[in-house]
Amino acid sequence: MDSNQAGKQHSLMGSEAASERTLYPYVTGSSVVALKFKDGILMAADMGGSYGSTLRYKSVERLKPAGKHSLLGASGEISDFQEILRYLDELILYDNMWDDGNSLGPKEVHNYLTRVMYNRRNKFDPLWNSLVLGGVKNGQKYLGMVSMIGVNFEDNHVTTGFGNHLARPILRDEWHENLSYEDGVKLLEKCMRVLLYRDRSAINKLQIAKITEEGVTISPPYALKTFWGFSAFENPTVGAEGSW
Amino acid sequence: MDLDLSAPHSMGTTIIGVTYNGGVVLGADSRTSTGVYVANRASDKITQLTDNVYVCRSGSAADSQIVSDYVRYFLHQHTIQLGQPATVKVSANLVRLLSYSNKNMLQTGLIVGGWDKYEGGKIYGIPLGGTIIEQPFAIGGSGSSYLYGFFDQAWKEGMTKDEAEQLVVKAVSLAIARDGASGGVVRTVIINSEGVTRNFYPGDKLPLWHEELEPHNSLLDILNTSSPEPMNI
Repeated sequence: MDSNQAGKQHSLMGSEAASERTLYPYVTGSSVVALKFKDGILMAADMGGSYGSTLRYKSVERLKPAGKHSLLGASGEISDFQEILRYLDELILYDNMWDDGNSLGPKEVHNYLTRVMYNRRNKFDPLWNSLVLGGVKNGQKYLGMVSMIGVNFEDNHVTTGFGNHLARPILRDEWHENLSYEDGVKLLEKCMRVLLYRDRSAINKLQIAKITEEGVTISPPYALKTFWGFSAFENPTVGAEGSW
Repeated sequence: MDLDLSAPHSMGTTIIGVTYNGGVVLGADSRTSTGVYVANRASDKITQLTDNVYVCRSGSAADSQIVSDYVRYFLHQHTIQLGQPATVKVSANLVRLLSYSNKNMLQTGLIVGGWDKYEGGKIYGIPLGGTIIEQPFAIGGSGSSYLYGFFDQAWKEGMTKDEAEQLVVKAVSLAIARDGASGGVVRTVIINSEGVTRNFYPGDKLPLWHEELEPHNSLLDILNTSSPEPMNI
């Protein structure tokens, strides 16, 4: 889209070469976990925006609809995610302006995002995000992922960040075709709970989003109960003082 | 540590923006440092963007000034074209645009706050990187590290104007007590449907915290007011 390029140079320095920066992120979101279920896609993410090790923002929405048929979840730098949402907004707008009865499905949106991410990576100027794109169009469910270097793939369940290490094994074991909505939510919550226990940048305030042929629903923020009642937790260093 | 007078001016800073039932209160300290030297002990970090929108600046003094200058310039033109006061949201998004597009070069965290007839009082935090986030209250600058816990406990929805201002003054004052890069006076700006009010709380009028002592003109005054008192350990 030409207007994207036109809008990009709001630099204060007149002639700034396409910056060669492989930056570092400032405000970051943690894992996103998503899976296919009977009627569509379920996606979960917490609402944290970390600033280094500080849990600075606790109401960041990291799951957003993109057009009628897609849902986008992001981890990584929040400012870059906000910019991606602007790009998508424009993409969907242009698509609607054709007014031809056709609308971009999740596969197309995923492809667009992949191109954007990969091309930025090639310029050593990445958008520091891992994106999860899920949707349903004409009964076809789609769930894909793009990383900040442009690696992309689709699968029955995807995760970003820590989720890859902690949630994926659970999903590999317990996911199956035609999960009901309730089972899907419970499975996501199982993953999110583990992330809450073991991911330092996770906070206990999350949203679960659902996308089906009917459309997108994003739950209000809520918190999960955690379990600490193991007897082993009560006096863990008895017999080995100083250990933990 | 050597006195590096050519170090870039940085506003260590404590900045705060708080919404209340009817508007917003913005607050800041007044210290601008060049390395360890305090270049300006009475800076004004709360800068006007339009009649109804102000911004609290932190980080690099130069960067925050130039961003606010550009945004003021753009908003001025926008207001003329629009024919009515700019909204807080538009002002904040302009700040975001500059912060995000120039994220390589800028080192400034900003809090935009104001009042408009559509949304009332609003606060937007724009940290390093150019994320924009609307919040009921925002804290920023190096001194804000010491205030996360304080606000978690003391903040409540639906405060009155006076409660909100007292909270801001107390918070900046607490941050000044512990952050070497914050100091001087506490300035507040209150923005609501009626307009803008600027307040000034000089260092000697702020509350005293743990291990801080009542200031005196001289030891002699202390000695003369009472007979020699034994020193307490």
